[in-house]
Amino acid sequence: MMIKGIRIEGLKKRYGSGDTAVDALKGVDMQVEPGEVVGLIGPSGSGKTTLLKCLGAVIDPTAGRMTLGDEVIYDDGWKVRDLRALRRDKIGFVFQAPYLIPFLDVTDNVALLPMLAGVSNNDARKRALELLTALDVQHRARAMPSQLSGGEQQRVAIARGLVNRPPVILADEPTAPLDSQRALTVIRILNEMAKKYETAIIVVTHDEKIIPTFKRIYHIRDGVTHEEAGEGRGFD
Amino acid sequence: MISLAGRDILHSWGKFVFTGVGLGLLIGVTLVMAGVYRGMVDDGKALLDNSGADLWVVQKDTLGPYAESSSLSDDLYRGILAMPGVARAANVTYLTMQVKKGERDVRAMVVGIVPGESWGAPGWPPYLVAGRRITRGHYEAVADIATGFKLGDVLTIRRNRYTVVGLTRRMVSSNGDPMVFVPLKDAQEAQFLKDNDAIWQSRRRTEANPAFNRPGVPGLLDTVNASQASSSSVNAVLVRITPGAVPDEVAQSIRRWKRLTVYTRTQMEAILIGKLIATSAKQIGMFLVILAMVSAAIVAFIIYTLTMDKIREIAVLKLIGTRNRTIAAMILQQALALGVIGFAVGKITATYAAPLFPKYVLLVPQDSIAGFFAVVAICALASVIAIRMALKVDPAEAIGG
Repeated sequence: MMIKGIRIEGLKKRYGSGDTAVDALKGVDMQVEPGEVVGLIGPSGSGKTTLLKCLGAVIDPTAGRMTLGDEVIYDDGWKVRDLRALRRDKIGFVFQAPYLIPFLDVTDNVALLPMLAGVSNNDARKRALELLTALDVQHRARAMPSQLSGGEQQRVAIARGLVNRPPVILADEPTAPLDSQRALTVIRILNEMAKKYETAIIVVTHDEKIIPTFKRIYHIRDGVTHEEAGEGRGFD
Repeated sequence: MISLAGRDILHSWGKFVFTGVGLGLLIGVTLVMAGVYRGMVDDGKALLDNSGADLWVVQKDTLGPYAESSSLSDDLYRGILAMPGVARAANVTYLTMQVKKGERDVRAMVVGIVPGESWGAPGWPPYLVAGRRITRGHYEAVADIATGFKLGDVLTIRRNRYTVVGLTRRMVSSNGDPMVFVPLKDAQEAQFLKDNDAIWQSRRRTEANPAFNRPGVPGLLDTVNASQASSSSVNAVLVRITPGAVPDEVAQSIRRWKRLTVYTRTQMEAILIGKLIATSAKQIGMFLVILAMVSAAIVAFIIYTLTMDKIREIAVLKLIGTRNRTIAAMILQQALALGVIGFAVGKITATYAAPLFPKYVLLVPQDSIAGFFAVVAICALASVIAIRMALKVDPAEAIGG
C-alpha cells in the first residue's frame, strides 16, 4: 500500500537545556494531502529550517507526532528504526541550490537514489529517464551538472527528489536563485509532479513571486504555525 | 551500483593524475633509496665473487682487507700454498685513491695483482670486455669501464704513469668505486713507499742514529736504508681451495699453523654486509621510514583536502540515504587509486632514473612488490582521517539554515 500525505501534530523542538534552552518549535500542526503543494513561510529565525530538519528526519524533535500516510513515524520518539532508509525511500528533498553530485551525469544524479535502494542500474536509469522526460530535460541526460543552466539543474534536482516516488517532498527555497519566470516554472512543475505522483510537497520559501501560487499556506512565527488559504493563482 | 570513487576520479582526472605524479616522484625516490641499499649489498657480493677467492688470509686480529687495514709479508703466500686443501694463493693489495688522467681524476680502488699468473688467478678480474690482461711487471693497468678510462689512456698513480691495456666491468669496491688493476710491485710502491723528501729525511735520521751508523760495522747503514725504501707488504693473500676441500677446515688449518686470521666467504660476506654496510643501511632505513611518513602525510592531506571539497556533496549523499560504508568506500577507493597511480609513476621514475645515479642502484622485484603493498597500506591508513571526517558530516548541513 502506498503511503500518502503527511500529518504533524504538536511538534516541538528544544535546543539546549536549562537557562539556555531555546524552543524553536512550540507545537506545530500541519497536514498536507497527496497531490497538494503547500507553502511554509515565515521570517528568519521563525523555525522554518528546524521544522524542515525534523520532517526530514535529520534532527530529533523533542515531542509531538508525525504520520506518513498510515504509518506513525514519530510519536515522542522515532518509531522507525532506520532513519536513513526513511529519508531515502519516503522523503524527497529539493534544496535552494540544486546540490547535484558534480561527478555524476544528469541521469546518474537522478538514478543514484534507486540504486542506493537496491534497484538495478538499468531499472534505476530507466526510471530516471522517465522523470527527466516528464520534466523536459531528457535532452540533457548525459550532460554533467556544470553544463546545465540554473533552471535545468533545479529540474534535475526535482527529478531526484521524485525518483523514489516518496509520499512527501520537502523543498527548501527551491526558487531562490531563479528569476521570476523560471521560479514560476519550477512551481508549475512541482504542482504537476505532485498531482501526477500523488506526492505531498511542502515548499519553504521567502519568495514573494511564488507565494500567491499556493492554495494553502502555513505561516510560522515563533515556533508556531498558522494555516491560511492562499490565492492558488495559476495552477488549477 | 555505480562506482562513486571511479566517477569522481574520471571527473577530476587532472587533479588525480597531477597529485599522483607528485606522489609518484616521492615513491620513486623511496624505491631508488631501497635500490641504493641493494646496490651496496650487490657491490659487496660482486667484490667477493670477482676476487675469485674462497679464503681471505689477513693480518692477525683484523677484519681486513676491505673493512680494516691489513698488512702481511708478501712471502707468506708460499707457505700457504703448501697447506693441504690450497689450490692457489696470490698476494693482493687494495688502496682507494684518486687516479688521475690528465687534468681529470677518478675515485677508484687500485688493486695490486701478480702479473704473469695464469688466467683466473685469485684477485684477477674474471673477464675483460676489451684489450688484454697485464703481462708486464710494471706500468700497465686494467680498468673497470665505470672509471670512464679507455684503452691506451695513460693514468697517473702516485709518481708513476700506467697505460690502460684492458677493460673489465662490474669490478667495484664495497663502496661502489670502480677498480683499477696494476702489477703488485707497483701497487705496493704506491701504497707503502714514501715520497723522496720523506725518504731523504728518514735516511738523515737513520744516519744520525748511532745504533744504525756504527763506525765498526760498515754496510749496516746502507742495509737499514735499503730496507726502509722498499716494501714487502701486501694487504691479503687470496686463497682458492682444491675441489672437494672444506673451506672451514682449510681456514682452520691456516689459522693454526700460520697464526693468521682467515675468513671464509660466508664470514667475509658477514663483515661486508653486517659491518661495513651496516651504518649506511641504517641511514637508508631511516630515510625510507621518513619518506614513508612523508608519503603518508601527503596522501592523508590530499585525501583530506579532496574530501573537504566534497563536504556539501557528502552531506547531500547522507541526506538522501547513502550508507556510511558507501561514502567510506568512495574515499578509501580514491586513496587507493591515488596510491596505485603514484606507485606506477614511482616505479617508472625509479626504473629510468636508476642508471643515472653515480653508484650502482639495484631495483629488485621483491622491493617493488613490498613497496606496492606498503603504498596501498599507507594510502588506506591515510584515508582514515578523511573517512572519519566524512562520517561526522551532518546530513542537516545540506538543508542549511
